[in-house]
Amino acid sequence: MAITVVSVKKVLLLRTLPLKLNEEVVEEYGSHRFMLSHGCRFVLCASGDLVKVYSTRTEEWLHSLQGHTNQVTGIALNPANHLQVYSCSADGTVKLWDFIDGILIKTFIIGYPLFAIYVSEKHEGVLFLHVSMATDSKNECFQLVAVHLPKSAEQEVEAKEMSVVSSHISSNPSCTAFGRGGEYIAFARRLQLNVYFFRKQKTCSFSLKATDKKGAQNAFTCITCHPTDDCIATGHEDGKIRLWRNFIHKKEYTYSTQHWHHNAVNTLCFTPEGTHLLSGGIESVLVQWQYGAGNRKEFLPRLGGSILHISASSDGQLFCTSHSDNKITVIESSFKVCGVLQGLVKGDAVLTDLMIDPRSKALVLNGKPGHLQFYSLLRDKHLYNLDIVQQEYIYEAGLDQFEVAKAAFDIKGSWLATVEERGQKSSDLEFFLKLWAFDERTQSFVLNTTITAAHTDRIISMCFSSSEETTMLVTIAEDGQFKAWCQGADADTQQNQNFWSCDFVGSYHNLKPTNCSFSADSSLLAVSFQEVITIWSPETWEMLTTLCQPPGIIRDLCFGRLSCSKYLLGTTTRNLLCCWNLLTCALEWSSSVEVSKLQPDPLSENVAAFSYQSKHTDLFVFKPSEPRPLFTNKNVCSEKVHRAVFVPREELLNNCDESSQWLNRSQLYFLTQNMDLLTFSTATEEDRMLSSSKQLVIDDSVAVTPFYLLLGKHRQQQQKLNTQSHPAADKPQQPQGSVTIKELLHTPAHVLPAASVLCSMFVNSLLISNTGVQQDCLREEMDSEKEEEDSEEEMEACDSQQELRVQGSVDEVMLKLSKAQERELKRVRKTDFSWMADLIDSKP
Amino acid sequence: MASFKPTKVPFLPKLGEKVTEETLYWKNYKSPVQIKEFGAITKIDFSPLPPHNYAVTASTRIHIYGPHSQEPIRSFTRFRDTAYGGRFRGDGKLLVAGSEEGLIRLFDISGRVALRQFKGHTKAVHMTSFLSDGFRVVSGSDDLSCRVWDVPSAVELSSLTEHTDYIRALAPSKLNPDLFVTGSYDHTVKVFDMRSGSSVMTMQHGHPVECVLLYPSEALLVSTGGRYVKVWDLLKGGQELVSLKNHHKTVTCACLSSVGNKLLTGSLDRHVKVYNSSYKVVHNFDCDASILSMAIAPDDEALAVGMTNGVLSVRHRRHKKDKETLTSRRRRGPSYQVFVKGKNFVPRQDDFLVSKPVKQYLRKYDKQLKSFEVSKALDTALQTWTRTSKPDVTVAVIIELKRRGTLKNALAGRNEESLTKILNFLLKHIFDPRFSRPLLMVGDIVLDLYQQVFHQSPVVERLLQRLMEVLGREAELQQELLQVLGILDTLFTSLTPRKEVAALAASPVAQESQLQAA
Repeated sequence: MAITVVSVKKVLLLRTLPLKLNEEVVEEYGSHRFMLSHGCRFVLCASGDLVKVYSTRTEEWLHSLQGHTNQVTGIALNPANHLQVYSCSADGTVKLWDFIDGILIKTFIIGYPLFAIYVSEKHEGVLFLHVSMATDSKNECFQLVAVHLPKSAEQEVEAKEMSVVSSHISSNPSCTAFGRGGEYIAFARRLQLNVYFFRKQKTCSFSLKATDKKGAQNAFTCITCHPTDDCIATGHEDGKIRLWRNFIHKKEYTYSTQHWHHNAVNTLCFTPEGTHLLSGGIESVLVQWQYGAGNRKEFLPRLGGSILHISASSDGQLFCTSHSDNKITVIESSFKVCGVLQGLVKGDAVLTDLMIDPRSKALVLNGKPGHLQFYSLLRDKHLYNLDIVQQEYIYEAGLDQFEVAKAAFDIKGSWLATVEERGQKSSDLEFFLKLWAFDERTQSFVLNTTITAAHTDRIISMCFSSSEETTMLVTIAEDGQFKAWCQGADADTQQNQNFWSCDFVGSYHNLKPTNCSFSADSSLLAVSFQEVITIWSPETWEMLTTLCQPPGIIRDLCFGRLSCSKYLLGTTTRNLLCCWNLLTCALEWSSSVEVSKLQPDPLSENVAAFSYQSKHTDLFVFKPSEPRPLFTNKNVCSEKVHRAVFVPREELLNNCDESSQWLNRSQLYFLTQNMDLLTFSTATEEDRMLSSSKQLVIDDSVAVTPFYLLLGKHRQQQQKLNTQSHPAADKPQQPQGSVTIKELLHTPAHVLPAASVLCSMFVNSLLISNTGVQQDCLREEMDSEKEEEDSEEEMEACDSQQELRVQGSVDEVMLKLSKAQERELKRVRKTDFSWMADLIDSKP
Repeated sequence: MASFKPTKVPFLPKLGEKVTEETLYWKNYKSPVQIKEFGAITKIDFSPLPPHNYAVTASTRIHIYGPHSQEPIRSFTRFRDTAYGGRFRGDGKLLVAGSEEGLIRLFDISGRVALRQFKGHTKAVHMTSFLSDGFRVVSGSDDLSCRVWDVPSAVELSSLTEHTDYIRALAPSKLNPDLFVTGSYDHTVKVFDMRSGSSVMTMQHGHPVECVLLYPSEALLVSTGGRYVKVWDLLKGGQELVSLKNHHKTVTCACLSSVGNKLLTGSLDRHVKVYNSSYKVVHNFDCDASILSMAIAPDDEALAVGMTNGVLSVRHRRHKKDKETLTSRRRRGPSYQVFVKGKNFVPRQDDFLVSKPVKQYLRKYDKQLKSFEVSKALDTALQTWTRTSKPDVTVAVIIELKRRGTLKNALAGRNEESLTKILNFLLKHIFDPRFSRPLLMVGDIVLDLYQQVFHQSPVVERLLQRLMEVLGREAELQQELLQVLGILDTLFTSLTPRKEVAALAASPVAQESQLQAA
């Protein structure tokens, strides 16, 4: 009943693909007419079943190309038209897009799952695709296939004409590359490098030994070819880069080796001129090798996560690196970072709970290694990373790093407590408890206290008291104790500084605590020790009572809110959800549900419980006062849910529908084991979101030139005028001058009339006239007439055509200056003439 | 792109006393000047006039020392027997002293011979003093009497015999010339008023009183005796304000600092303790022998302590001026002006500020860590100066290397000289609870790496043997401490009543002791 109302929305940005097929393209785009600089304007990026378009300058997401039904696995620019892009997907289609306007031009149906796409200028109308031919997924067998695109005007075309180039290739898409303008294609698989020459139609293969004398691993990891020279650069698993030359003669090939990376080279890329070679790996250092200068190199260190892919724009102005932590860095050719596109950082695992920063209302969770990330759900944007560990991160595989394991905010958001851990695997566990104070001036958190040995064993959980007056932190640890920490309780230090110190240490029969929770008014503290829940008064530190419902260890604990504050909820490992009444100290009700996560809504009485049963997760929303759920959603997702959070809404919704009423005050977000962040939204919200995305119009499709700036100013003023006059209008009315300007800017330079002719027209277009609209449509009519004229005068010599056209445009200017009546007269005359001609034709 | 994050040197609090402003103030004394007298020093008194000479009563003579001289300026030696209680008059021109034979002598500071001799006491006079009018002298004697003498005529004005034991403490009021306080071995402190001719107030100290002292406001009275220091509120009719038990032997003397009226007490247990205004001990001076007398100069310029072995130890205050002259002599670099040149320029309101890119300054070991030169970084951290004066930096670098997983590489391939450096560092700091964990790890790795080659170097072998010995001793100590802890635990549990909550209360204490043990 409710699924129609509430739907699950994915909020992930820039999802990293499992096959490392995350390919992004920096595209230079500009008009040739004014001979302007080639500006690198857009970054295209495959993300899930979308291709997203970002602006390099503003780092804003512009729009996305929607249409694929499965993961987009590769994108490549159309070599014939630099405003078009091919994208291939696992759903077996290749689509051709106009990426500036986000229009789907054509769909080619291949019929097999596709895993990568390559194109070359020399092979027009041919796509090279990675196709999986295996029937069962176990023995993967990838083939490189050349597909000839049929020339048909239809939207959807089935591409049948296929020829296999190679039947055994690596699954890694960076192991295939075109060389020297498409004369040959090089592809590597494990220890073998193959070069296929299109002209000779033959393959040369070169192989390396599995290991050399020093025990290095020689397997190929990536390949790139020099744009102008006969040279192939290959990256290897041991971090070596080999430059192969003279491979045309199979016997006389040579290679030189360069070694800087200490681990596998993930990606290689030549700059368009071929002067430099860029390489990147797990170290997150972008290395620029000078081509032909041996060992001279430049570094750009500490870019973020490990580098997965590098691409260079075709004019060599910008480089782009994509990283494992869901990030794209835009780098100038002078080796300076000029932009970062950051999505929700996805580390190896989210160890902390999902939290909401009470001040910024941002979602807080593990981000970069050793950081907490603040992510604004409202704007769907990464805000900032808070460095918790404050240590240099060493990019090395298998190194035991400090990770932020726990974090908690107090109710006002002025304190943040974090626990960082290292050595989970080995025996000696190191951990620190840190307390951060919010600094009003810098608007960020500043380290206040570091507690080195807070407990003798790992901290399991912690929570802040929920009262506004006094802040107190309670930590529970595997050493069987819980500790209460207070601010400034240490009387020995005479300076009145706000450091935190231990206030109370408690334990219960040396049992291991499992969870802790403060009541809504923080007059009670519940700490569960294995099967027993103990209730403490934080003021006197007296144990008030114990609650127990064997068998089964208590897993989650939470107090009811508002009208249900007399209830305490607990979940056990033996599939029991219990609710105690704290006034009678007796069990109110219990229900047999396997609950993996219990999440109370801070703004209402509602509690959400995720239950995992027979490989799918169900969601129940209920009030503690009654054991009947308010809302049930079976099969929310197929993975276990361990983290969830209620996000308070900016403005309350007025939903009367019973099943979605619980979403009125706050929104439920939850994280699955696959690291997908999911949320519930109502139908009305969905509609609003769709309409807002439609409103998003990209306006700056014209290259920035001094001329554009001059016009831009003019346009801005006009737009301002427009918006002032029609504040309610959805889309600002197209300024009248802009049609002329657009035409001016988009027509190829060689067909334009002389500047002296254009000048008056241009100046005219800048004037704001009342009859502008009328003139416009008239002029359009004129154009169509002109075409007719052309068709009629086909018989005339081609030489004169050019002249005529110039003439036509002069006429146009003249006409513009003359009165409308005169023009009408002329038109009448012209139509008369054509009619006459018809008559003449028909008579004989 | 983030910049390199330097190695973080953790600030770990040292166990032991906390540094406060008061301790800094009282620590700011130079090392004591020792002057040998002929016998036990029973009384020291500073002249109220600058240059604040002080009279030291020891054996049969009274010496007067200048503020910085080590030789007496003047000495009064005309005593037949032991002299006692030499004290200045309020104008610093006259000095009065009692003696073993019962005579009280009055000296002019510039003269040698006694101006007056007051006869009347039948036993030794341990305490003498001028009353605040300056014309009368009061004395307390072992013959249980307290007498007041007229200076001009040298006659006895009155005799008060209210005490029932030796009178060993006396303090005249500075505000009222007719009031004085006496303390006696009969455990009482009495306030006498000359106008009534009898005691007006009596307080029970509970122990033989060794010293009494009035606060400048004369609302508070301090008496010392036995191991106790007691403060009485005179305005509340002699109510006990506080009783302090910080010494473990008889407290013999007390005095007040002139800055902030801090109480100082000296005891036979060889300590001088300084109390703050809430009577908590903030500082402690250690001496070589039992302390009999003590005095502090106006403005706390000097603290003089007299001991049973006849040694007078004088501590002078250290001034900032001294330090500055010292440093200015040492420094030969360019002056301060050179460094601040152009940097103290304040931009005007409409100036456009172009900020320079901030350069990140890194320590040498950080630079080496940045370029992954781990062995070199460890060498830098083990340089003599860092090793000795900032061991926490060295340990921080070791921890950083451990975190990077390259500690083994950094320790490998060392020669005898650099290995001795590491082993010496281990020997010195391995028991510091702040450092022991990483250093034990270093020790393990060193043993693993160099097992085969240790016997080649006798130096390294000897160091290792020492390390083994001290480690063995430390292990024994730890074991003993654990035993003590066990005993304490049983004591605590048997002491507390059988209640669950009480058992929990014991655990923080146990933890504290664990901390100390660690």
